[in-house]
Amino acid sequence: MSVIEVKGLIKSYGDFTAVAGIDLAIEAGEIFALLGPNGAGKTTTVEILAGFRGRNSGQVSVLDFDPATKGSASRIWRNRIGIVLQSTSDAGSFKVRELVAHFSCFYGNPRDVDQVIDAVGLTEKANSLVLDLSGGQRRRLDVALGIIGNPELLFLDEPTTGFDPEARRAFWTLIRELKASGTTILLTTHYLDEAEALADRVAVITGGQIIETATPAQLGGRQNAKAKVQWLGTNGLLSEESDNPAAVVARLASEFNGEVPELTITRPSLEDIYLKMIGSRNE
Amino acid sequence: MNKVSKNKLPGTLKLGLLRGQMEIIQFTRQREAVVFTIFFPVILLVIFGTVFKNTIAPGVTFSQYFVAGMIASGLVNTGFQNIAINIPLERDMGTIKRLRGTPLPITSYFIGKAISVLASMAVQVLILLLIGLAFFGLELPTQPSKWFTFTWLLVLGAASSTALGVAFSSIPKNGRGAAAIVSPVVIVLQFFSGVFFVFTQLPGWMQQVAAIFPLKWLTQGMRSVFLPDSFASQEVAASWEGGRTALILTAWLIIGLFLAVKTFRWERK
Repeated sequence: MSVIEVKGLIKSYGDFTAVAGIDLAIEAGEIFALLGPNGAGKTTTVEILAGFRGRNSGQVSVLDFDPATKGSASRIWRNRIGIVLQSTSDAGSFKVRELVAHFSCFYGNPRDVDQVIDAVGLTEKANSLVLDLSGGQRRRLDVALGIIGNPELLFLDEPTTGFDPEARRAFWTLIRELKASGTTILLTTHYLDEAEALADRVAVITGGQIIETATPAQLGGRQNAKAKVQWLGTNGLLSEESDNPAAVVARLASEFNGEVPELTITRPSLEDIYLKMIGSRNE
Repeated sequence: MNKVSKNKLPGTLKLGLLRGQMEIIQFTRQREAVVFTIFFPVILLVIFGTVFKNTIAPGVTFSQYFVAGMIASGLVNTGFQNIAINIPLERDMGTIKRLRGTPLPITSYFIGKAISVLASMAVQVLILLLIGLAFFGLELPTQPSKWFTFTWLLVLGAASSTALGVAFSSIPKNGRGAAAIVSPVVIVLQFFSGVFFVFTQLPGWMQQVAAIFPLKWLTQGMRSVFLPDSFASQEVAASWEGGRTALILTAWLIIGLFLAVKTFRWERK
């Protein structure tokens, strides 16, 4: 059974339709990434699923619960989810450990405070004021507060915006560990390499609608896309697209009688495919 | 799926007390807030108390009158003003939204706020009282009935002022503008309610406007505690009007609670 099930979700603000009929099914234990340009409806969707916003129509079930339910029933549900929203600037005058320990008190079955601080790489900063953290450290604290309750389902809204490459790699490791421990993760991101590195499946959302859902390797027919063979000919760079790049290279090798100058073989990156999908949509 | 029922969630009151602890830690680490809520009234008290030493009735100086008014104002400063400025700031910074994403009941958040208000209120009232006693001829009442009045004034005043602060917190659009909207309301109310001037010497229309709001009744109540009973004849109704004060403060508490629940927003519009 799906952890998240959405059918025909619609949300509008006045004349603006932020989410225009979305269907989603996210399975237990998977990392699912929502990709899309700014204003595509990613955050609105996540905030509806996480119980922050109501909806105009559609069915939503998150861990067998309707997030729009009011009252104390939602407490038990919130005990099972973790949320990392887009960047905040709160809690400056608390110390890292103090804050994580405080949040752990909210939950029925929290993780160990020091282990969580260690997992997000903030052990050295445990006694620093939140105010004194760098942007990346602050974001890792956000993640610590999101996972302290030992959630079955974790929402991550653009978690690595502003990270340096090293911090992003460390963060990816953390997310993979969470997945390995059985956590289902819904991730939104701008970074295609992040989606490719982490996600089991991705959905591309634009204009409030999902235009495709697939594995990162298969999005937009990527697995069938032609490979591009490029080399330095006598009059500059030449290239050829082919379903059979090995044959092209063999031909070139015999033409050049050995090594082919500046030879590369590439397949379209997830980014190429994504930009093509978004672009054709916007025209 | 049954994982949850095994882990009982902590109680609302216990979480409220933990929130209160965090609120107090936060308050003490923000020096501006400490100075603003604790020392600002003290400075006002020292200036006014020193400048206006005239006698306004047999055995009553303006300083005494003013100290009673400032103690009443303290309830409005630490409750209404503090909360109505602080909640919009927390809304902007994402504090409330983050908490809302956890199993913390919203009631616990408000219990925490109430605890921080009570703590800063206790400190402020105590400091004002001590300064009044030491320098401005304030005398502690001896009759138990006056201490009883003092207690219910504190409780009703703190509660209504805090509830109205939460209700008012929906008005400022953002945290930066909150102080600019809330502070003038409080200062005007202080002038109208006879904190800086003797109430009965204010123009009639001002007195009538002030009589709608709680501060006028709080100041009058505090005078009934700290001034001799002979001064009651100098009040508008020639009496302390204790019953009426309790009634009006209770009405404001109910209005405040109703509006607070109806209008509370966890996020900026």
